[in-house]
Amino acid sequence: MMNKNIVETQFFTFGSRPHELKLECGDKLGPVTIAYETYGKLNEDRTNAILICHALSGDAHAAGFHKGDEKPGWWDEMIGPGKAFDTDKYFIICSNIIGGCKGSTGPSSIDTRTGKPYGLAFPLVTIKDMVNAEKHLIDHLGIKKLLSIAGGSMGGMQVLEWMVSYPEMVRSAIPIATTVKHSPQQIAFNEVGRQAVMADPNWNDGDYYGKHHPSRGLAVARMIGHITYMSETSMMEKFGRRMKDKEKQFTFDTEFEVEGYLRYRGDSFVKRFDANSYLYITRAIDHFDLTEGKPLQNIFKGVKAKVLVIAFTSDWLYPQHQSREIVKACKLCGIDVTHCEIQSDYGHDAFLVESKQEAHLISHFLKKAQKD
Amino acid sequence: MNLEQLGYEAIANLVKEGSSVLDLGCGNGDLLNLLVQKKNVRAQGVEIDEKCIYDCVAKGLSVCHGDIDTGLAEYGDKAFDYVILNQTFQQIKRPDYVLKEALRVGQKVVVGFPNFVFLKARLQLFFWGRVPVTPSLPYEWYNTPNLHFLSIADFSDYCRKNSIRVEHTLFLNGKGTVHFLPNLLAQVGIFLIS
Repeated sequence: MMNKNIVETQFFTFGSRPHELKLECGDKLGPVTIAYETYGKLNEDRTNAILICHALSGDAHAAGFHKGDEKPGWWDEMIGPGKAFDTDKYFIICSNIIGGCKGSTGPSSIDTRTGKPYGLAFPLVTIKDMVNAEKHLIDHLGIKKLLSIAGGSMGGMQVLEWMVSYPEMVRSAIPIATTVKHSPQQIAFNEVGRQAVMADPNWNDGDYYGKHHPSRGLAVARMIGHITYMSETSMMEKFGRRMKDKEKQFTFDTEFEVEGYLRYRGDSFVKRFDANSYLYITRAIDHFDLTEGKPLQNIFKGVKAKVLVIAFTSDWLYPQHQSREIVKACKLCGIDVTHCEIQSDYGHDAFLVESKQEAHLISHFLKKAQKD
Repeated sequence: MNLEQLGYEAIANLVKEGSSVLDLGCGNGDLLNLLVQKKNVRAQGVEIDEKCIYDCVAKGLSVCHGDIDTGLAEYGDKAFDYVILNQTFQQIKRPDYVLKEALRVGQKVVVGFPNFVFLKARLQLFFWGRVPVTPSLPYEWYNTPNLHFLSIADFSDYCRKNSIRVEHTLFLNGKGTVHFLPNLLAQVGIFLIS
């Protein structure tokens, strides 16, 4: 049997009083812990570091295996020796966002002022706050300039925020299946998810730690999410109208395979995710607006990174015109940009699944970024 | 060297060292790659075909996925030293609009197209009564991507009528440069205009 690449999550804490992290909302957060993993080796002149930003439900565990685990990290297809993010060449960093629940400070963390979990006392964090926290980690690792930053969906929003907030630190950027701001449709889906959580009596205004969690509500939120991550074609291929049990007809149990899949996904999600984090993170995503009401090309002035924009043809949650808007602003600013709309039936999920074409684009793009 | 490569070499000779180049319909990126190697240009391509994008990226080129007819509006005035329309000009829906846009976006524009009235084509039309199939027009009527049919003389007329300055012309057949009666003897015309 092949030797599994065993990795461990590490932790970095900063922002103890009075040096708390200043948030966009005006509040302060501290101390802040960031969970992160690294793969590969940082070279001597520290020029081969790449930051990977995860999506809504992701975490710092992007690649390799945790001891005893059957399943690898969420982007293991793309990160490793000889893969697109080649750990023989590059030093890969992936950290859990603040507001999350996978080791970084979030609503389920203990508020040092009260000795209890934050719950709704946790401040409203934004994508920019997440990026500012990541900047602390990158500084801590002694890296002045990142060779690249990559991420899909909400990870892509962080990539765009990095490009604009810290242009001198970003040599290249790979925003995937993402947007500079959510459309009302995207906000609407998130809102239905949040309402499902808050309608669960166990939610109790976010005060449920140590008691029953709002698992039903969160599972429903995740079920809605999964519908938006797939495409009509991929659902048809995966489930068709197949029934789980031909005998059972006209009940409200799981009859169709697609129902079984969604319920399974919902139920497994609640075991690993905190409902309050779900609320805070989807809020941060909805609030994100890189343009701040101005033309995007004005915002992109000063961006020094080379950019690779990737979208997928069947992604209706983050439709291609949203990626094209990014490309257009890059063109108007004279930013060196490459853009590809990959043919795929997997919907928004494609950025995690459609790895062959994506890997081709990324590996060559990184080669070029490193040369220049 | 085939006709296509002769065209690439000819265009490479027209383009100044270290300039910026936008290639509209850059295909698999061979021309842009040659310009990067030979003239150290800052290259950007536009291409509609997904497979071609992968080829370009593998060559280390920056390329955008999109079509030429609408893609130019997204660039600023005089954003590039050269805009290249090589062997794509006859395949776009609105060549007059694209040419105007190319002249806005580029200081200079390189246009390369097959001469539809090349001698062999005329003979096929005249004697056999068939739509011509030649090395520069290799398609049958039912599978040709060419939407517009023009000759070297047609394009010269067009430039004159629209006050477009022709800075340089090059005419090619399978063997090399054509100096004599190009509208009759050349298979490909390349114009540097501004």
